[in-house]
Amino acid sequence: MTNFLKQIATAAAALALAIGLASPVQAAEKKEFKIAWTIYAGWMPWAYAQQAGIVKKWADKYGISVTLVQINDYIESINQYTAGKFDGVTITNMDALTIPAAGGVDTTVVLVGDYSNGNDGIVLKTGKTLSDIKGQKVNLVELSVSHYLLARALGTVNLSEKDIKTVNTSDADIVAAANSADVTAAVAWNPQLSDIKSVPGRTLVFDSTKTPGEILDLTAVNTQTLKDNPALGKALAGAWFETLALMHKDDEAGKAARTEMAKLSGTDLTNYDAQLKTTYLYTEPAAALAYTRSPDLIKTMDLIRSFSFDHGLLGEGAKTKDAVGIAFPGGKTLGNAENIKMRFDDTFEKLAAEGKL
Amino acid sequence: MALRLINRRPGRSGRIYLGLLPFLILIGLYAAGSAIRLAANPDDKLLPGLLTMADAVQRVAFTADRRTGEVLLWVDTAASLTRLAMGLAVATAFGLVIGVANGILPYVRAGLSPLVAVISMVPPMALLPVLFIVFGLGELSKVVLIVIGIAPFLMRDLQARVEELPREQLIKAQTLGASSWQIVLRVVLPQMLPRLIDSVRLSLGAAWLFLISAEAIAAENGLGYRIFLVRRYLAMDVILPYVVWITFLAFTFDLALRALNRRVFPWLEAGKGA
Repeated sequence: MTNFLKQIATAAAALALAIGLASPVQAAEKKEFKIAWTIYAGWMPWAYAQQAGIVKKWADKYGISVTLVQINDYIESINQYTAGKFDGVTITNMDALTIPAAGGVDTTVVLVGDYSNGNDGIVLKTGKTLSDIKGQKVNLVELSVSHYLLARALGTVNLSEKDIKTVNTSDADIVAAANSADVTAAVAWNPQLSDIKSVPGRTLVFDSTKTPGEILDLTAVNTQTLKDNPALGKALAGAWFETLALMHKDDEAGKAARTEMAKLSGTDLTNYDAQLKTTYLYTEPAAALAYTRSPDLIKTMDLIRSFSFDHGLLGEGAKTKDAVGIAFPGGKTLGNAENIKMRFDDTFEKLAAEGKL
Repeated sequence: MALRLINRRPGRSGRIYLGLLPFLILIGLYAAGSAIRLAANPDDKLLPGLLTMADAVQRVAFTADRRTGEVLLWVDTAASLTRLAMGLAVATAFGLVIGVANGILPYVRAGLSPLVAVISMVPPMALLPVLFIVFGLGELSKVVLIVIGIAPFLMRDLQARVEELPREQLIKAQTLGASSWQIVLRVVLPQMLPRLIDSVRLSLGAAWLFLISAEAIAAENGLGYRIFLVRRYLAMDVILPYVVWITFLAFTFDLALRALNRRVFPWLEAGKGA
């Protein structure tokens, strides 16, 4: 009988594997890599790099193949990466900590792309200063960077989340929601933010320019995959910084690249340039490298993990904010050093800065 | 004759076993998939083990939440069921009144039937931005979404049922001197109410769909709200029990409506065999 049960279990396991219920990442040296990306001002360089053949050029140089795959839903792209369907993903620092890292998928940040420098903000319909938010209902995507920004903002005026009430609102519908009469306060990111704040009578009372360097947009890959295939990190860094240098120029080629990026994100050059103004891109490899090595990054991640733990985002198994360890260049760590699941790696930014790619 | 497949029936216990078998296979598949993933990564969130889910159930259904002091599952269930019940009640009332009027009164049918037919083809989710602006973001817009989603179906279904009534019944009632109102009350309604409840049973799935969608878009509580919130950090250990709970609630509703139909309108069952 036990033998029979065992056979059934084996058959069930085989079937589960076959239908894709279970597909843990099988790490090994391989040649083909897939990175998921979603539309966001700071990630559009990837879209362009893929289309213009820059990714292919660098991948060929290191003898691998890299495909950037666009996913329409940001959280879905992270979930797919966490489930092992992609080797890497474009992701914010908070989501990298709370979704793959807290889910046990060891993730390495190879590129610190940009930080939100006004791309996220709080808009009030009634009231002119942040303190007026007290007692209001606030519409936002709960547990997102918007929520983090709100918590940070409240802290600056000695308020806490107890003083307001949050209403979870999908990012796809927040512009329509803001037009509804019973919505008085909203937190959003661009491009939605610019739509919401542009209506007369509304006031932008706080934005991410007041928390520079805290909401980071990253390119991250599976740690094991990267360890087995350092070529992936080199190809990504090479393609990334070439694209940034190209788009940063004010000449025809730079403009053409930005126009293409605007088109790929469904807007025009004027609008996209406006979005770039509130996105601080680390155009120079040296600048990205400097921030990755800076003690400010550790401070930022400490704020992020405190917020995440307070909101239960590290999972119920986490008893303190130290549960998930984070590693920084130079052997520095935050949290449980035995359970490092998120790593900032300066290797590839350094190679780029030294021109050794 | 007895040996033909269509004449071979399982016994009572055979039916139970056969009914349970697919469920057991699904649970087995899940357990196997989960075990494989957990062996590779003990922190895997995608297919949590059954024990992890039991922990999550314990947490959301039987312990007060750290931040709000409320027991989440019950707060969510109460909020969702209130919205669902209001939506269903309003939709059913509309369905009954307009369905019967469309079915029995040619002048009303000429005026309203094309409108109902067109409205029933509008995908309600596409109207969401409009609903937000007209009805706000509160409870009202969620209830309205359910009503818009299922009322047209109920109206059209009931209209068709009324039109199916044998002409003889209506003529007979008229020869006995019944007025239009009396015919509606004594001939149409007794036959339509049980059918209306049957249609509501068929709409339950759609009603839940619209409820969950509305809660996913803007809400402070509710079963759909919770699922879409914790999806933010891939907490499948919470999502899967919520899905099971929603399925259970919907299944119970369906059974309850069927029992109600049998009890209050026994003539429907009697008529079906004839």
